[in-house]
Amino acid sequence: MSDRLKIALLLTPALAVIGGLFFGGLGVALLRSFNYMPVIGLTEPDLAAYRRVLSSATFYRSFGLTLYIATTATVLSAGLAIVAALVLRQPFRGRGVASFLVQLNLTIPHLVGAIGILYLFSQSGSFARAALHIGLISAPADFPALVFDPNAIAIIATYVWKELPFLTVIILANMQTLGQDHEMTARALGATRWQAFRHVLLPQILPGLLSACAVVFAFIFGAYEVPALLGPSSPQTLPVMAYRSFTDVDLAARPEAMALTMLIALVCALMIALYAHMLRSKARV
Amino acid sequence: MGHIRRITMLLLIGGLVLPLIPLAMWSFARGWAYPNLLPNQFTLQPWAFAVSDQSGVLQSLLLTIGIALAATLLSVLLGVPAGRALGQHRFRGKAAVELILIAPIIMPGLAAAMGLQAVFIPLGLSNTVAGVVLVHLIPTLPYMVLVMAGVFAAYDPMAEDQARSLGASPMQVFRHVTLPAIMPGIVVGALFAFLISWSQYILTLTIGGGRVQTLPLLLFQFATSGRNDITGAIGMIYILPGAMILLLTARHLTGRSITITGRGA
Repeated sequence: MSDRLKIALLLTPALAVIGGLFFGGLGVALLRSFNYMPVIGLTEPDLAAYRRVLSSATFYRSFGLTLYIATTATVLSAGLAIVAALVLRQPFRGRGVASFLVQLNLTIPHLVGAIGILYLFSQSGSFARAALHIGLISAPADFPALVFDPNAIAIIATYVWKELPFLTVIILANMQTLGQDHEMTARALGATRWQAFRHVLLPQILPGLLSACAVVFAFIFGAYEVPALLGPSSPQTLPVMAYRSFTDVDLAARPEAMALTMLIALVCALMIALYAHMLRSKARV
Repeated sequence: MGHIRRITMLLLIGGLVLPLIPLAMWSFARGWAYPNLLPNQFTLQPWAFAVSDQSGVLQSLLLTIGIALAATLLSVLLGVPAGRALGQHRFRGKAAVELILIAPIIMPGLAAAMGLQAVFIPLGLSNTVAGVVLVHLIPTLPYMVLVMAGVFAAYDPMAEDQARSLGASPMQVFRHVTLPAIMPGIVVGALFAFLISWSQYILTLTIGGGRVQTLPLLLFQFATSGRNDITGAIGMIYILPGAMILLLTARHLTGRSITITGRGA
Protein backbone atom coordinates (compact mmCIF):
# COMPACT_ATOMS: atom_id res chain seq x y z
CA MET A 1 0.00 0.00 0.00
CA SER A 2 1.43 3.37 -0.95
CA ASP A 3 2.03 5.92 1.76
CA ARG A 4 -0.40 8.38 0.20
CA LEU A 5 -3.23 5.86 0.20
CA LYS A 6 -2.44 4.81 3.76
CA ILE A 7 -2.45 8.41 5.00
CA ALA A 8 -5.74 9.04 3.20
CA LEU A 9 -7.33 5.93 4.75
CA LEU A 10 -6.15 6.87 8.23
CA LEU A 11 -7.30 10.49 8.00
CA THR A 12 -10.55 10.26 6.05
CA PRO A 13 -12.93 8.99 8.77
CA ALA A 14 -11.96 11.66 11.31
CA LEU A 15 -11.86 14.47 8.74
CA ALA A 16 -15.20 13.40 7.26
CA VAL A 17 -16.85 13.49 10.68
CA ILE A 18 -15.34 16.84 11.69
CA GLY A 19 -15.92 18.26 8.22
CA GLY A 20 -19.52 17.05 8.12
CA LEU A 21 -20.48 18.10 11.62
CA PHE A 22 -18.53 21.32 12.10
CA PHE A 23 -18.05 22.78 8.64
CA GLY A 24 -21.31 21.25 7.40
CA GLY A 25 -23.20 22.78 10.32
CA LEU A 26 -21.44 26.09 9.78
CA GLY A 27 -22.31 25.98 6.06
CA VAL A 28 -25.98 25.30 6.72
CA ALA A 29 -26.09 28.12 9.26
CA LEU A 30 -24.50 30.43 6.67
CA LEU A 31 -27.09 29.50 4.01
CA ARG A 32 -29.93 29.96 6.47
CA SER A 33 -28.54 33.35 7.46
CA PHE A 34 -29.09 34.33 3.80
CA ASN A 35 -32.66 33.06 4.19
CA TYR A 36 -31.84 30.30 1.70
CA MET A 37 -33.62 27.00 2.40
CA PRO A 38 -34.81 25.23 -0.76
CA VAL A 39 -36.58 22.46 1.22
CA ILE A 40 -39.21 24.92 2.40
CA GLY A 41 -39.29 26.87 -0.83
CA LEU A 42 -36.86 29.65 0.06
CA THR A 43 -34.75 29.74 -3.08
CA GLU A 44 -33.92 33.43 -3.25
CA PRO A 45 -30.97 34.16 -0.95
CA ASP A 46 -30.97 37.69 0.45
CA LEU A 47 -29.19 39.83 3.00
CA ALA A 48 -32.33 40.88 4.86
CA ALA A 49 -31.31 39.19 8.15
CA TYR A 50 -27.92 40.92 8.16
CA ARG A 51 -29.56 44.21 7.27
CA ARG A 52 -32.01 43.87 10.17
CA VAL A 53 -29.26 42.84 12.62
CA LEU A 54 -26.79 45.52 11.56
CA SER A 55 -29.39 48.28 11.64
CA SER A 56 -30.56 47.62 15.19
CA ALA A 57 -29.07 49.55 18.09
CA THR A 58 -29.47 46.48 20.33
CA PHE A 59 -26.95 44.60 18.23
CA TYR A 60 -24.27 47.26 18.71
CA ARG A 61 -24.87 47.40 22.44
CA SER A 62 -24.60 43.60 22.62
CA PHE A 63 -21.51 43.62 20.45
CA GLY A 64 -19.94 46.26 22.68
CA LEU A 65 -20.75 44.30 25.83
CA THR A 66 -19.37 41.04 24.39
CA LEU A 67 -16.21 42.72 23.16
CA TYR A 68 -15.75 44.46 26.52
CA ILE A 69 -16.20 41.21 28.50
CA ALA A 70 -13.86 39.19 26.26
CA THR A 71 -11.16 41.88 26.18
CA THR A 72 -11.24 42.70 29.88
CA ALA A 73 -11.31 39.08 31.01
CA THR A 74 -8.49 38.10 28.63
CA VAL A 75 -6.22 40.98 29.61
CA LEU A 76 -6.82 40.49 33.35
CA SER A 77 -6.29 36.72 33.14
CA ALA A 78 -3.08 37.13 31.15
CA GLY A 79 -1.61 39.71 33.53
CA LEU A 80 -2.47 37.70 36.62
CA ALA A 81 -1.32 34.45 34.98
CA ILE A 82 2.16 35.92 34.44
CA VAL A 83 2.35 36.76 38.15
CA ALA A 84 1.03 33.32 39.12
CA ALA A 85 3.53 31.57 36.83
CA LEU A 86 6.44 33.61 38.22
CA VAL A 87 5.45 32.60 41.75
CA LEU A 88 4.77 28.96 40.89
CA ARG A 89 8.04 28.33 39.06
CA GLN A 90 10.08 28.79 42.25
CA PRO A 91 10.13 25.98 44.80
CA PHE A 92 8.21 27.34 47.76
CA ARG A 93 5.99 26.18 50.60
CA GLY A 94 2.44 25.87 49.33
CA ARG A 95 3.49 25.40 45.73
CA GLY A 96 2.18 21.85 45.65
CA VAL A 97 -1.24 22.95 46.91
CA ALA A 98 -1.39 25.86 44.47
CA SER A 99 -0.34 23.70 41.50
CA PHE A 100 -2.98 21.13 42.41
CA LEU A 101 -5.68 23.81 42.65
CA VAL A 102 -4.62 25.32 39.33
CA GLN A 103 -5.00 21.92 37.67
CA LEU A 104 -8.23 21.12 39.52
CA ASN A 105 -9.69 24.39 38.29
CA LEU A 106 -8.95 23.36 34.69
CA THR A 107 -11.32 20.41 35.10
CA ILE A 108 -14.22 22.42 36.58
CA PRO A 109 -16.92 23.36 34.05
CA HIS A 110 -17.55 27.09 33.53
CA LEU A 111 -21.12 26.77 34.76
CA VAL A 112 -19.99 25.63 38.23
CA GLY A 113 -17.60 28.57 38.48
CA ALA A 114 -20.40 30.94 37.42
CA ILE A 115 -22.72 29.62 40.15
CA GLY A 116 -19.94 29.90 42.75
CA ILE A 117 -19.33 33.51 41.69
CA LEU A 118 -23.09 34.17 41.86
CA TYR A 119 -23.19 32.98 45.49
CA LEU A 120 -20.18 35.19 46.31
CA PHE A 121 -21.07 38.37 44.41
CA SER A 122 -24.86 38.74 44.59
CA GLN A 123 -26.44 41.32 46.89
CA SER A 124 -27.35 38.59 49.37
CA GLY A 125 -24.14 36.65 48.67
CA SER A 126 -21.13 35.93 50.86
CA PHE A 127 -19.30 39.18 50.05
CA ALA A 128 -22.38 41.28 50.87
CA ARG A 129 -22.84 39.38 54.15
CA ALA A 130 -19.18 39.89 55.05
CA ALA A 131 -19.46 43.61 54.19
CA LEU A 132 -22.46 43.89 56.51
CA HIS A 133 -20.63 42.13 59.34
CA ILE A 134 -17.66 44.45 59.21
CA GLY A 135 -19.99 47.44 58.99
CA LEU A 136 -19.33 48.54 55.41
CA ILE A 137 -23.01 48.38 54.48
CA SER A 138 -26.26 48.30 56.44
CA ALA A 139 -28.69 46.66 53.96
CA PRO A 140 -28.43 44.33 50.93
CA ALA A 141 -29.26 47.21 48.58
CA ASP A 142 -26.18 49.11 49.79
CA PHE A 143 -23.97 46.45 48.27
CA PRO A 144 -23.04 47.34 44.66
CA ALA A 145 -24.80 45.30 41.97
CA LEU A 146 -22.06 43.01 40.67
CA VAL A 147 -24.38 40.39 39.15
CA PHE A 148 -26.83 41.03 36.24
CA ASP A 149 -25.14 44.46 36.04
CA PRO A 150 -24.18 46.37 32.89
CA ASN A 151 -20.50 46.25 33.94
CA ALA A 152 -20.64 42.43 33.87
CA ILE A 153 -18.36 42.19 36.91
CA ALA A 154 -19.48 38.67 37.87
CA ILE A 155 -19.09 37.40 34.28
CA ILE A 156 -15.57 38.81 34.03
CA ALA A 157 -14.72 37.39 37.47
CA THR A 158 -15.89 33.93 36.39
CA TYR A 159 -13.78 34.02 33.24
CA VAL A 160 -10.70 35.31 35.05
CA TRP A 161 -11.15 32.53 37.62
CA LYS A 162 -11.39 29.93 34.83
CA GLU A 163 -8.86 31.23 32.28
CA LEU A 164 -6.12 32.32 34.69
CA PRO A 165 -5.17 28.69 35.48
CA PHE A 166 -5.25 27.76 31.79
CA LEU A 167 -2.89 30.61 30.87
CA THR A 168 -0.71 29.93 33.93
CA VAL A 169 -0.15 26.33 32.86
CA ILE A 170 0.80 27.46 29.34
CA ILE A 171 3.21 30.15 30.60
CA LEU A 172 4.76 27.73 33.12
CA ALA A 173 5.37 25.10 30.43
CA ASN A 174 6.92 27.81 28.28
CA MET A 175 9.15 29.01 31.13
CA GLN A 176 10.30 25.47 31.92
CA THR A 177 11.39 24.93 28.31
CA LEU A 178 13.26 28.25 28.31
CA GLY A 179 15.11 27.69 31.58
CA GLN A 180 16.49 30.57 33.60
CA ASP A 181 19.97 30.86 32.05
CA HIS A 182 19.27 34.01 30.05
CA GLU A 183 17.76 35.78 33.04
CA MET A 184 20.69 34.75 35.26
CA THR A 185 23.11 36.10 32.67
CA ALA A 186 21.22 39.38 32.56
CA ARG A 187 21.25 39.56 36.37
CA ALA A 188 24.98 38.77 36.47
CA LEU A 189 25.52 41.63 34.00
CA GLY A 190 23.81 44.00 36.42
CA ALA A 191 20.16 43.97 35.34
CA THR A 192 17.61 44.45 38.09
CA ARG A 193 14.97 41.79 38.68
CA TRP A 194 12.43 43.94 36.84
CA GLN A 195 14.79 44.58 33.91
CA ALA A 196 15.58 40.86 33.60
CA PHE A 197 11.85 40.15 33.52
CA ARG A 198 10.88 43.02 31.22
CA HIS A 199 13.67 42.70 28.65
CA VAL A 200 14.68 39.03 28.84
CA LEU A 201 11.87 36.77 30.08
CA LEU A 202 8.78 38.64 28.84
CA PRO A 203 9.83 38.86 25.16
CA GLN A 204 10.49 35.11 25.24
CA ILE A 205 7.12 34.09 26.70
CA LEU A 206 5.06 36.70 24.85
CA PRO A 207 4.47 34.90 21.51
CA GLY A 208 3.12 31.78 23.25
CA LEU A 209 1.07 33.87 25.66
CA LEU A 210 -0.45 35.98 22.89
CA SER A 211 -1.57 32.98 20.87
CA ALA A 212 -3.09 31.45 24.02
CA CYS A 213 -4.84 34.79 24.62
CA ALA A 214 -6.33 34.61 21.12
CA VAL A 215 -7.82 31.22 22.02
CA VAL A 216 -9.17 32.53 25.33
CA PHE A 217 -10.65 35.64 23.71
CA ALA A 218 -12.40 33.64 20.99
CA PHE A 219 -13.74 31.22 23.57
CA ILE A 220 -15.19 33.95 25.80
CA PHE A 221 -16.56 35.86 22.82
CA GLY A 222 -18.61 32.86 21.72
CA ALA A 223 -19.56 31.32 25.08
CA TYR A 224 -23.14 31.08 26.23
CA GLU A 225 -23.78 29.68 29.72
CA VAL A 226 -21.84 32.16 31.89
CA PRO A 227 -23.48 35.34 30.49
CA ALA A 228 -26.82 33.48 30.29
CA LEU A 229 -26.65 32.91 34.06
CA LEU A 230 -24.93 36.11 35.25
CA GLY A 231 -25.61 38.67 32.53
CA PRO A 232 -28.07 41.58 32.47
CA SER A 233 -31.32 41.03 30.57
CA SER A 234 -30.41 43.99 28.38
CA PRO A 235 -28.05 44.25 26.65
CA GLN A 236 -27.34 40.53 26.33
CA THR A 237 -24.04 39.19 25.02
CA LEU A 238 -24.10 38.16 21.35
CA PRO A 239 -24.25 34.37 21.94
CA VAL A 240 -27.13 34.80 24.43
CA MET A 241 -28.91 37.08 21.97
CA ALA A 242 -28.32 34.59 19.13
CA TYR A 243 -29.65 31.64 21.13
CA ARG A 244 -32.72 33.57 22.29
CA SER A 245 -33.63 34.50 18.69
CA PHE A 246 -32.92 30.90 17.65
CA THR A 247 -35.55 29.66 20.12
CA ASP A 248 -37.97 32.50 19.40
CA VAL A 249 -41.49 31.24 18.67
CA ASP A 250 -41.48 33.55 15.65
CA LEU A 251 -39.70 31.47 13.00
CA ALA A 252 -38.87 34.64 11.08
CA ALA A 253 -36.24 35.33 13.75
CA ARG A 254 -34.27 32.20 12.73
CA PRO A 255 -32.28 33.83 9.89
CA GLU A 256 -31.38 36.63 12.30
CA ALA A 257 -30.13 34.09 14.85
CA MET A 258 -28.02 32.50 12.11
CA ALA A 259 -26.71 35.90 10.99
CA LEU A 260 -25.73 36.68 14.59
CA THR A 261 -23.79 33.42 15.01
CA MET A 262 -22.10 34.05 11.68
CA LEU A 263 -20.92 37.43 12.95
CA ILE A 264 -19.68 35.78 16.17
CA ALA A 265 -17.91 33.12 14.10
CA LEU A 266 -16.36 35.85 11.94
CA VAL A 267 -14.83 37.60 14.96
CA CYS A 268 -13.50 34.26 16.24
CA ALA A 269 -12.15 33.35 12.79
CA LEU A 270 -10.23 36.62 12.75
CA MET A 271 -8.76 35.56 16.11
CA ILE A 272 -7.77 32.18 14.66
CA ALA A 273 -6.10 33.92 11.74
CA LEU A 274 -4.16 36.04 14.20
CA TYR A 275 -3.26 32.92 16.18
CA ALA A 276 -2.09 31.05 13.08
CA HIS A 277 -0.10 34.09 12.01
CA MET A 278 1.61 34.26 15.41
CA LEU A 279 2.38 30.54 15.38
CA ARG A 280 4.03 31.00 11.99
CA SER A 281 6.08 33.99 13.08
CA LYS A 282 7.09 32.08 16.23
CA ALA A 283 8.23 29.16 14.07
CA ARG A 284 10.32 31.56 11.99
CA VAL A 285 12.27 32.89 14.99
CA MET B 1 10.62 39.51 48.13
CA GLY B 2 9.83 36.34 50.07
CA HIS B 3 6.87 38.10 51.70
CA ILE B 4 5.46 39.30 48.41
CA ARG B 5 5.78 35.80 47.01
CA ARG B 6 4.07 34.26 50.05
CA ILE B 7 1.19 36.75 49.92
CA THR B 8 0.75 36.24 46.16
CA MET B 9 0.71 32.47 46.70
CA LEU B 10 -1.94 32.80 49.42
CA LEU B 11 -4.05 35.09 47.24
CA LEU B 12 -3.78 32.64 44.37
CA ILE B 13 -4.79 29.66 46.52
CA GLY B 14 -7.58 31.66 48.16
CA GLY B 15 -8.92 32.96 44.86
CA LEU B 16 -8.96 29.53 43.29
CA VAL B 17 -10.88 27.94 46.18
CA LEU B 18 -13.20 30.83 47.07
CA PRO B 19 -16.08 30.31 44.56
CA LEU B 20 -16.29 26.64 45.53
CA ILE B 21 -16.80 27.35 49.24
CA PRO B 22 -20.36 28.77 49.24
CA LEU B 23 -21.34 26.12 46.71
CA ALA B 24 -20.05 23.32 48.97
CA MET B 25 -21.58 24.90 52.09
CA TRP B 26 -24.99 25.32 50.49
CA SER B 27 -25.06 21.59 49.75
CA PHE B 28 -25.01 20.93 53.54
CA ALA B 29 -27.18 23.87 54.59
CA ARG B 30 -30.57 23.83 56.22
CA GLY B 31 -31.57 27.45 55.91
CA TRP B 32 -28.90 30.05 55.36
CA ALA B 33 -30.71 33.35 55.71
CA TYR B 34 -29.17 36.74 55.04
CA PRO B 35 -26.99 38.03 56.67
CA ASN B 36 -25.62 34.91 58.38
CA LEU B 37 -22.06 34.10 57.39
CA LEU B 38 -22.64 30.40 58.00
CA PRO B 39 -25.68 28.15 57.48
CA ASN B 40 -28.05 28.04 60.49
CA GLN B 41 -27.78 24.28 60.61
CA PHE B 42 -25.88 21.61 58.72
CA THR B 43 -27.77 18.74 57.16
CA LEU B 44 -27.51 16.01 54.53
CA GLN B 45 -30.99 16.78 53.21
CA PRO B 46 -29.88 18.42 49.90
CA TRP B 47 -27.81 15.32 49.18
CA ALA B 48 -30.67 13.01 50.13
CA PHE B 49 -32.92 14.94 47.75
CA ALA B 50 -30.27 14.87 45.02
CA VAL B 51 -30.01 11.06 45.09
CA SER B 52 -33.79 10.58 45.39
CA ASP B 53 -35.88 9.63 42.34
CA GLN B 54 -37.92 12.81 42.25
CA SER B 55 -34.94 15.15 41.70
CA GLY B 56 -33.93 13.50 38.42
CA VAL B 57 -30.26 13.92 39.30
CA LEU B 58 -29.38 10.22 39.02
CA GLN B 59 -31.04 9.83 35.60
CA SER B 60 -29.22 12.97 34.45
CA LEU B 61 -25.95 11.66 35.86
CA LEU B 62 -26.27 8.32 34.04
CA LEU B 63 -27.30 10.09 30.83
CA THR B 64 -24.33 12.47 31.02
CA ILE B 65 -21.92 9.58 31.68
CA GLY B 66 -23.43 7.57 28.81
CA ILE B 67 -23.15 10.47 26.34
CA ALA B 68 -19.58 11.24 27.42
CA LEU B 69 -18.56 7.56 27.13
CA ALA B 70 -20.10 7.24 23.67
CA ALA B 71 -18.46 10.47 22.44
CA THR B 72 -15.14 9.32 23.93
CA LEU B 73 -15.33 5.85 22.32
CA LEU B 74 -16.12 7.32 18.90
CA SER B 75 -13.32 9.87 19.32
CA VAL B 76 -10.82 7.10 20.12
CA LEU B 77 -11.91 4.94 17.18
CA LEU B 78 -11.68 7.84 14.70
CA GLY B 79 -8.91 9.80 16.38
CA VAL B 80 -6.20 7.14 16.78
CA PRO B 81 -5.81 6.43 13.04
CA ALA B 82 -5.89 10.15 12.18
CA GLY B 83 -3.34 10.85 14.92
CA ARG B 84 -1.08 8.22 13.42
CA ALA B 85 -1.24 9.84 9.99
CA LEU B 86 -0.44 13.27 11.43
CA GLY B 87 2.24 12.15 13.90
CA GLN B 88 4.11 9.70 11.69
CA HIS B 89 3.93 11.16 8.21
CA ARG B 90 4.77 14.33 6.37
CA PHE B 91 2.47 15.02 3.46
CA ARG B 92 1.16 17.79 1.27
CA GLY B 93 -1.78 19.59 2.85
CA LYS B 94 -0.78 18.64 6.40
CA ALA B 95 -1.00 22.26 7.58
CA ALA B 96 -4.53 22.49 6.14
CA VAL B 97 -5.54 19.28 7.92
CA GLU B 98 -4.19 20.66 11.19
CA LEU B 99 -6.12 23.89 10.70
CA ILE B 100 -9.32 21.91 10.04
CA LEU B 101 -8.72 20.13 13.35
CA ILE B 102 -7.88 23.26 15.34
CA ALA B 103 -10.81 25.35 14.04
CA PRO B 104 -13.55 23.43 15.91
CA ILE B 105 -11.51 23.71 19.13
CA ILE B 106 -11.14 27.48 18.92
CA MET B 107 -14.38 28.44 17.19
CA PRO B 108 -17.52 28.58 19.30
CA GLY B 109 -19.77 25.61 18.55
CA LEU B 110 -23.01 27.59 18.62
CA ALA B 111 -23.07 28.44 14.90
CA ALA B 112 -22.35 24.87 13.77
CA ALA B 113 -24.87 23.48 16.27
CA MET B 114 -27.63 25.81 15.02
CA GLY B 115 -26.93 24.77 11.44
CA LEU B 116 -26.77 21.08 12.37
CA GLN B 117 -30.09 21.29 14.16
CA ALA B 118 -31.76 22.19 10.84
CA VAL B 119 -30.19 19.07 9.27
CA PHE B 120 -30.88 16.85 12.30
CA ILE B 121 -34.64 17.51 12.34
CA PRO B 122 -35.42 15.65 9.08
CA LEU B 123 -32.89 12.94 10.06
CA GLY B 124 -34.71 12.35 13.34
CA LEU B 125 -31.56 13.22 15.33
CA SER B 126 -32.86 16.44 16.79
CA ASN B 127 -33.84 16.18 20.49
CA THR B 128 -32.20 12.74 20.72
CA VAL B 129 -29.28 11.33 22.69
CA ALA B 130 -27.65 10.14 19.45
CA GLY B 131 -27.77 13.66 18.06
CA VAL B 132 -26.18 15.04 21.22
CA VAL B 133 -23.38 12.42 21.08
CA LEU B 134 -22.69 13.41 17.47
CA VAL B 135 -22.54 17.13 18.20
CA HIS B 136 -20.19 16.47 21.16
CA LEU B 137 -17.72 15.00 18.64
CA ILE B 138 -17.13 18.54 17.33
CA PRO B 139 -14.96 19.45 20.35
CA THR B 140 -13.85 15.95 21.51
CA LEU B 141 -12.59 14.40 18.26
CA PRO B 142 -10.13 17.18 17.31
CA TYR B 143 -8.61 17.00 20.83
CA MET B 144 -8.21 13.24 20.54
CA VAL B 145 -6.55 13.53 17.13
CA LEU B 146 -4.14 16.20 18.35
CA VAL B 147 -3.22 14.21 21.49
CA MET B 148 -2.63 11.07 19.40
CA ALA B 149 -0.61 13.05 16.83
CA GLY B 150 1.68 14.04 19.71
CA VAL B 151 1.88 10.43 20.89
CA PHE B 152 2.68 9.11 17.42
CA ALA B 153 5.27 11.84 16.79
CA ALA B 154 7.32 10.30 19.63
CA TYR B 155 6.59 6.71 18.55
CA ASP B 156 9.17 4.59 16.72
CA PRO B 157 7.45 2.18 14.28
CA MET B 158 10.66 0.08 14.01
CA ALA B 159 9.30 -2.58 16.38
CA GLU B 160 6.31 -3.05 14.04
CA ASP B 161 8.64 -3.86 11.12
CA GLN B 162 10.53 -6.34 13.26
CA ALA B 163 7.33 -8.07 14.39
CA ARG B 164 6.12 -8.21 10.80
CA SER B 165 9.42 -9.67 9.57
CA LEU B 166 9.04 -12.34 12.27
CA GLY B 167 5.74 -13.33 10.68
CA ALA B 168 3.13 -11.43 12.72
CA SER B 169 -0.11 -10.56 10.94
CA PRO B 170 -1.17 -6.86 10.76
CA MET B 171 -3.78 -7.56 13.44
CA GLN B 172 -1.18 -9.22 15.71
CA VAL B 173 1.23 -6.33 15.18
CA PHE B 174 -1.45 -3.83 16.17
CA ARG B 175 -2.65 -5.90 19.13
CA HIS B 176 0.76 -6.80 20.60
CA VAL B 177 3.15 -4.07 19.45
CA THR B 178 1.39 -0.81 18.57
CA LEU B 179 -1.46 -0.83 21.07
CA PRO B 180 0.65 -1.42 24.23
CA ALA B 181 3.02 1.36 23.14
CA ILE B 182 0.32 3.98 22.56
CA MET B 183 -2.03 2.89 25.36
CA PRO B 184 -0.95 5.56 27.90
CA GLY B 185 -1.57 8.23 25.24
CA ILE B 186 -4.99 6.79 24.41
CA VAL B 187 -5.93 6.81 28.10
CA VAL B 188 -4.91 10.45 28.57
CA GLY B 189 -6.66 11.49 25.33
CA ALA B 190 -9.78 9.55 26.28
CA LEU B 191 -9.92 11.16 29.74
CA PHE B 192 -9.64 14.60 28.09
CA ALA B 193 -12.37 13.74 25.60
CA PHE B 194 -14.61 12.50 28.40
CA LEU B 195 -14.16 15.73 30.38
CA ILE B 196 -14.76 17.90 27.32
CA SER B 197 -18.04 16.12 26.56
CA TRP B 198 -18.88 16.23 30.28
CA SER B 199 -18.67 20.04 30.40
CA GLN B 200 -20.67 20.80 27.20
CA TYR B 201 -23.66 23.05 27.70
CA ILE B 202 -24.83 24.98 24.64
CA LEU B 203 -24.24 22.15 22.15
CA THR B 204 -26.40 19.83 24.26
CA LEU B 205 -29.07 22.51 24.68
CA THR B 206 -29.21 23.38 20.98
CA ILE B 207 -29.33 19.82 19.61
CA GLY B 208 -31.12 18.20 22.57
CA GLY B 209 -33.72 20.96 22.59
CA GLY B 210 -33.95 20.72 26.38
CA ARG B 211 -35.29 17.16 25.92
CA VAL B 212 -31.87 15.57 26.56
CA GLN B 213 -31.28 16.77 30.08
CA THR B 214 -27.64 16.29 30.99
CA LEU B 215 -26.29 17.28 34.40
CA PRO B 216 -25.22 20.84 33.44
CA LEU B 217 -28.69 21.57 32.06
CA LEU B 218 -30.26 20.35 35.30
CA LEU B 219 -27.71 22.35 37.30
CA PHE B 220 -28.55 25.53 35.38
CA GLN B 221 -32.25 24.94 36.00
CA PHE B 222 -31.81 24.57 39.76
CA ALA B 223 -29.41 27.55 39.87
CA THR B 224 -32.00 29.84 38.27
CA SER B 225 -34.88 28.45 40.38
CA GLY B 226 -33.21 29.62 43.59
CA ARG B 227 -32.81 26.16 45.15
CA ASN B 228 -29.26 26.94 46.30
CA ASP B 229 -28.95 23.83 48.49
CA ILE B 230 -29.81 21.38 45.69
CA THR B 231 -27.71 23.43 43.26
CA GLY B 232 -24.77 23.05 45.65
CA ALA B 233 -25.16 19.28 45.82
CA ILE B 234 -25.49 18.88 42.02
CA GLY B 235 -22.53 21.23 41.54
CA MET B 236 -20.39 19.06 43.82
CA ILE B 237 -21.46 15.89 41.98
CA TYR B 238 -20.75 17.59 38.66
CA ILE B 239 -17.11 18.44 39.48
CA LEU B 240 -16.32 15.01 40.93
CA PRO B 241 -15.21 13.18 37.73
CA GLY B 242 -12.78 15.99 36.87
CA ALA B 243 -11.22 15.82 40.32
CA MET B 244 -10.95 12.03 40.11
CA ILE B 245 -9.39 12.15 36.65
CA LEU B 246 -6.92 14.77 37.88
CA LEU B 247 -5.86 12.59 40.82
CA LEU B 248 -5.39 9.62 38.47
CA THR B 249 -3.37 11.50 35.84
CA ALA B 250 -1.45 13.65 38.34
CA ARG B 251 0.10 10.52 39.83
CA HIS B 252 0.82 9.28 36.33
CA LEU B 253 2.39 12.59 35.29
CA THR B 254 4.41 13.11 38.48
CA GLY B 255 5.76 9.58 38.15
CA ARG B 256 7.10 10.48 34.75
CA SER B 257 8.57 13.81 35.77
CA ILE B 258 10.37 12.13 38.69
CA THR B 259 12.05 9.69 36.29
CA ILE B 260 13.05 12.56 34.04
CA THR B 261 14.58 14.57 36.88
CA GLY B 262 16.21 11.41 38.20
CA ARG B 263 17.88 10.80 34.88
CA GLY B 264 18.77 14.48 34.33
CA ALA B 265 21.27 16.52 36.38
